[in-house]
Amino acid sequence: MHELSIAASIVDALTESAAAYPGARVKEVRLRVGALASVIEDSLQFCWGITVEGTPLEGSKLVVKILPVVAHCAACGKDGELESLQSFRCPHCGEPATDLRQGRELEIDSIEIDEVEEKV
Amino acid sequence: MTTRIVELRRGILKKNDELAAGLRARYVDAGVLVLNLVSSPGTGKTAFLEFTLRELRARGAKVAALVGDLETDNDARRLAASGAPVRQINTHGICHLDAEMIDKHLAGWEGVTLGGLEYLFIENVGNLVCPSSYDLGEKIRVALLSVTEGEDKPLKYPTLFNSADAAVITKIDIAEPCGFDRELALKNINEIRPGIRIFETSAKTGAGMDEWLGYLAEARGGHSV
Repeated sequence: MHELSIAASIVDALTESAAAYPGARVKEVRLRVGALASVIEDSLQFCWGITVEGTPLEGSKLVVKILPVVAHCAACGKDGELESLQSFRCPHCGEPATDLRQGRELEIDSIEIDEVEEKV
Repeated sequence: MTTRIVELRRGILKKNDELAAGLRARYVDAGVLVLNLVSSPGTGKTAFLEFTLRELRARGAKVAALVGDLETDNDARRLAASGAPVRQINTHGICHLDAEMIDKHLAGWEGVTLGGLEYLFIENVGNLVCPSSYDLGEKIRVALLSVTEGEDKPLKYPTLFNSADAAVITKIDIAEPCGFDRELALKNINEIRPGIRIFETSAKTGAGMDEWLGYLAEARGGHSV
């Protein structure tokens, strides 16, 4: 249950970024989360509501995109999405997969903001 | 009012990752091998570490340990009996150690400097989920599993086992009464982390510990202990 820490880290990071857009309202926060990042989306959504209270992110929607694990196979040379997290094998040839190319991401991809237009 | 999308592409744990990178550079400069021990509560991390510290010291190696728990300094007191410097980190409810906690506890550690050490062990909070996201700058992440826990634990917690550099099976002295299926456990670990080094140990009888200590010496760069 470290989703609360994760939510707090997102708020910290975004408070910094949002400072570049004074007066703007953050509508949506989009994340890219690998299937191996050990983040449970439901817990994170639950923690989000609590964490953003009283911050400039209050009322924003959290959108989580889960990325499957992709491995590069040294044996057959192909990249492929793992069929399950219970077996790290190349989906093409069945050889053990050790070279992971995707699946550990834990990133803020983008934010959607409403900007207040400055009066001239 | 205009709506726009701002691309950020920034790591959520960037702050931890940057601190961990700084720690890693300091460990390398100091020539100290740092290991992060992760398992469920009750696997026997502390007993395994007690044995390791005692044996390494008996062989003349300079060792120390940081130990993470939610509360109490019981583990630090147990480990300190080995004669090695040990410092407790109490996380007060946080389910993992992070790089900042390590940095803070390395600072002002009486009588201990990284440069004066050959091995530093970090015993993480007992938890098989959260510690996997937090890099502590370690060279080797060790996932431990006891014979009492069920052979399918690696399948249930693939994130942790997949991110480990070595796996340790503990309490093999009671494998038989527990009905532990050794072949299945080894197969499951390999299914999640193909080719990983696996040590089958008992801190009670000392079984498998020579091989483990040999691995540590090898990992430090071939200096024998």
